[in-house]
Amino acid sequence: MTQGLVAIGASAGGVQALSHILPDLPADYPLPVVVVVHIPPRKDNALVALFDRKCRMRVKEAEDKEPLTSGTVYFAPPDYHLLVEAEGALALSTEEPVNHSRPAIDVLFESAADAYGAALTGIVLTGANNDGAAGLQAICAAGGTAIVQNPDEAEVAAMPVAAADACRGALVMTLDEIAAHLAKTVTQ
Amino acid sequence: MSEPVEEIEIQLLLDALYRHYHYDFRHYARASIKRRLLQAQKQLGFDSISALQSAVLHDETMLPNLLNYLTVQVSEMFRDPSYFRALREKVIPHLRTYPSLKVWVAGCSHGEELYSLAILFREEGLAEKTIFYATDINPAALKAAKAGVYSLDRVRLFTENYQQSGGQCSLSEYYTADYGRAVFDQSLRARTVFSDHSLVTDAAFGEMHLISCRNVLIYFDRELQDRVVGLFAESLARRGFLGIGSKESLRFSAQADRFSEFVREERIYRRKSR
Ligand SMILES: C[S@@+](CC[C@H](N)C(=O)[O-])C[C@H]1O[C@@H](n2cnc3c(N)ncnc32)[C@H](O)[C@@H]1O
Repeated sequence: MTQGLVAIGASAGGVQALSHILPDLPADYPLPVVVVVHIPPRKDNALVALFDRKCRMRVKEAEDKEPLTSGTVYFAPPDYHLLVEAEGALALSTEEPVNHSRPAIDVLFESAADAYGAALTGIVLTGANNDGAAGLQAICAAGGTAIVQNPDEAEVAAMPVAAADACRGALVMTLDEIAAHLAKTVTQ
Repeated sequence: MSEPVEEIEIQLLLDALYRHYHYDFRHYARASIKRRLLQAQKQLGFDSISALQSAVLHDETMLPNLLNYLTVQVSEMFRDPSYFRALREKVIPHLRTYPSLKVWVAGCSHGEELYSLAILFREEGLAEKTIFYATDINPAALKAAKAGVYSLDRVRLFTENYQQSGGQCSLSEYYTADYGRAVFDQSLRARTVFSDHSLVTDAAFGEMHLISCRNVLIYFDRELQDRVVGLFAESLARRGFLGIGSKESLRFSAQADRFSEFVREERIYRRKSR
């Protein structure tokens, strides 16, 4: 099991926000990064190709029961929930949508909080709904680090606002600050 | 730190279900099982998983309720149309050469996958020489599968899928619409054997030519996936076909070398002859 995990949730405006954060991380980033972006169910996963071009880390679509490895960004496949298992592996599920979404950020965050506890960093970015709020609360409760994008700069503020309301201990950061915070992990 | 109480309760409940009812969820992927048990606890009105456990042990009418949470019944007809297109275009030509055929739909849910295959086999002229085995552990799902009745608003999606899968007619030729429901033609399942069979605790079936088991393996942990993939290898005729879900793969399985990839992108495998 890796020593920690970064989990990110994004919705409307998410691709741009992620483009601010992910490309700067070095190829040998010491943690895995797992990402849920709300995308229409019947689309091919264009996100993987897009970010593979932009990023120095390895980028791939999450596979069922795949062990998490550092230096890798995993995107949830369209139309599947993505979960983290206690032994540090990924799992997929076709359970009903949560918050009208599959994949749902809450499903990822809640399972990741169980698996990684204090070693988890959860980040809620721009979006037009409240997915991720309950999940971020679970991350806080498990002693993890909770971060929300500063709603003032988010393309759509609803999602980070809902997450910050649900999770009072969350750190509010701009995208630049989030990128710097993640980069710090490298030197620690 | 000691183990969280909730995790202990979940393990105890799964042990109890196995010992009392012989339903074995102990090696299901735990994160998803936990979600669904917590959902069941909340929606059925219990204060704790232990209270839920006590209720289901002492009152067997609770069991079907709980099974509906523990098993995921999300399905579609012709789900992932390209899978059914690959069966039609690449697998059927091989199946055509056999005098009689056995097809196993494992984890058939409410029958969506079974009727999809039955329609495909009829259109390819193989229905008369094929026996279908449709199995599941959820009795309510099996009952629904036998009935073959779906709400019409779902059928819109089924129709779209059917067309994309290379369907040769109009899906409406296979059902009659009735008060907002589509009742599928009973002759489609005339040569189907439905049975209560668990991939976890029951034995292999004999000499199948095609096993379609989609979106069931993802609910199992790796160890159980290995067992079940081994069961499929034993249940297949030599050079028989195995189709799994589009986001499932044999890549992480210890049994992978018993199969070769047949249509890689569609997760269709073929049992090796040796
Ligand atoms: C998500 S559904 C898949 C339905 C269909 N195969 C599809 O892909 O659309 C999973 C099904 O597997 C069944 N199942 C779960 N555990 C099983 C077991 N041990 N043996 C057989 N079926 C099982 C569930 O009851 C459910 O009907």
